[in-house]
Amino acid sequence: MIEDITLIVDSSVRIAATLLFAALGELVAERAGTLNISVEGAMLSGAFAAAYGSHATGSAYYGFGIGVAVGIGVSAIQANLSHRIRVNQFVTGLVLNLLAIGVTSFLLAEVKMAPVQFGLVRIPGLASIPIVGDALFEQRAPFFLLYAFVPLVWWVLKRSRWGLELDAVGENPAAADANGIPVDLRRRQAIYFGGLLAGVSGAYLSVGLIGAFTPNMTALRGFIAIAAVIFGGWTLWGTVGGTLLFGGAEALRVSLPALGVTITPQVLIALPYLAAIAAIALLSQRRRQPAALGQTFRRGIT
Amino acid sequence: MTAAEASPPRPAAAVAVRPPRLPLSDYLRVGALLAISIAAAIGCAALLLSVTGSSPATVFGAMVSGSFGSRVALTATLNHTGPILLVALGALAATRSGLLNIGQEGQISIGALFGVAVGLAVDAPRGITLLLILATAAVAGAIWASLASLLRFTRGGSEVITTLLLNFVGFQVVSFAVNRPWLLQEDLPEGSVLSASPQSNPLPPAGHLPTLAQGPGFRLNSSITLAVGLALVLAFLLARTRWGFELRTVGLNPRAARRSGVSPALVGSGALAISGALAGLAGGVLLTGTAFRVNDGFSNNYGWEGLLAALVAGSVTLAVIPSSLLFGALRAGSGVLAATGVSPTIVGAVQALVVIAVTLPLLYLNRRRLRALLQRTGVSRT
Repeated sequence: MIEDITLIVDSSVRIAATLLFAALGELVAERAGTLNISVEGAMLSGAFAAAYGSHATGSAYYGFGIGVAVGIGVSAIQANLSHRIRVNQFVTGLVLNLLAIGVTSFLLAEVKMAPVQFGLVRIPGLASIPIVGDALFEQRAPFFLLYAFVPLVWWVLKRSRWGLELDAVGENPAAADANGIPVDLRRRQAIYFGGLLAGVSGAYLSVGLIGAFTPNMTALRGFIAIAAVIFGGWTLWGTVGGTLLFGGAEALRVSLPALGVTITPQVLIALPYLAAIAAIALLSQRRRQPAALGQTFRRGIT
Repeated sequence: MTAAEASPPRPAAAVAVRPPRLPLSDYLRVGALLAISIAAAIGCAALLLSVTGSSPATVFGAMVSGSFGSRVALTATLNHTGPILLVALGALAATRSGLLNIGQEGQISIGALFGVAVGLAVDAPRGITLLLILATAAVAGAIWASLASLLRFTRGGSEVITTLLLNFVGFQVVSFAVNRPWLLQEDLPEGSVLSASPQSNPLPPAGHLPTLAQGPGFRLNSSITLAVGLALVLAFLLARTRWGFELRTVGLNPRAARRSGVSPALVGSGALAISGALAGLAGGVLLTGTAFRVNDGFSNNYGWEGLLAALVAGSVTLAVIPSSLLFGALRAGSGVLAATGVSPTIVGAVQALVVIAVTLPLLYLNRRRLRALLQRTGVSRT
């Protein structure tokens, strides 16, 4: 029984980690008022680039770096199309997702590769804690970046001037603009940060967790990350909680049948989306979305 | 300071009536931009093909002959175009009212699911069964989309997010139904193994769309005539009726609309319902025209492609017909690519590049129009 629980906790945390990387980036982007649905495309491209990079360089670390760079590259297309020349951001996001899935599946069919996987890293002592020790302290190397990124995002959102300006841009872009904050620039920067983390998430998935790239391997995890941000009421801890819940749901879906428990997998698959919709329907006004979320800023036109 | 404050709501209504005429040089410039960006998109795809060692000419040739080269190919193109066009019309109706519905994949699935349930349950003459299936599919799609307007107009939740999220819920509803023997799962003879991808029973022939043309290896169903007919109706409604005028007014300036007695919530939720109904109908047409069953992954990107076709068509309603035809042709062309040894997934990339290529010049056109309008009304932009 204890082994089963340990196993489920371990796989929940592993799945939650991929979601959390992407969700942290999406949280920062959404706080600035941009709804980046290309996070899925950035993750997928990052995952492919990391796998191919690790094959080409023979190093999981270089591959990881290449994956992150490609994630930033995809977000740069999104940022400049949607917040420089002001193409509708959802259109841009949809098109980038389509482009990412088309190009990565096509390249995968055309090139042969043998990606290099990160090894397991075990933190001595801490990893021996019962139940959660393995989950939190014995993982593939990039996992431990979470321990840096969660506090970093907290600091950015709560303590940095840049984070405060992102909030201003997301809540009231006209007022921010009048105060001399460059609205579109801050939004682009927030999207780059989101792309960085989406790249980390995708690269962690391919060269960290799985050690391979398969067609459409992110399998809507980018959208689950968006759902986690919504579910978390656009707060850091809510987002962390959302990814843990959704990671847990996926882990249960995979492991419960093996333990002889009959479940309805469709309910667990739909859970993140239902939870996000319920959050939209039920959340109080205090935990509402950034007021200008998803709206393109045009100076002088309200 | 702001244009909206400085000017009365009239300019918005003026745009709704007729966009300002631009000098010919602007249209020529947009045309040239369009040609350049489409060439660039094809160039990108060709580059992708040649770096992986395929011949772009062979691949593009196969795609053209696979979509228009023969009766079989043309039939495939038109059979794809019908549902894509229906989805695109719905997306267009929502966009005109200022709402973006990106939930067509889910609305197609839900429409087809309820359509097949009705089709398997009723035992009626041919025309009536078909009509019942299509009507049910449209209503189911409309209700699914209206969940998003409910959240939008009572809780302020962005319809873009909720329609997107409802897609994934819809997929699971379909998956649930076709995996339950007491719901819609296929009846199998005793002892046979359940197929890897569960599906519903096939519709009886009374529930099939009429055939327009038939021959060895092809069967053209009437979805294309239905879709083109509805396109003409929608274009007329949008351009010439009070409803269409109100819809466009709400889309261009909800505040001005409310001041002149038009309720954005009412008009908006109506538009979203129509959008969902057309996507649901597309699901019904796919069901009764080609698939005849519902399975996991039924919508199979028709929703995304219809949405993109609508975005490519931009502000000209009837441009949605050629743009849907383009997406239908790309889809048919991808079907023959496997024979050339090239992965058909390249088509997804081509579709994305086409959308970018068409969007950018249209953006330029809209900017010129806005500038011309502001000059005409004497409002200067900061």
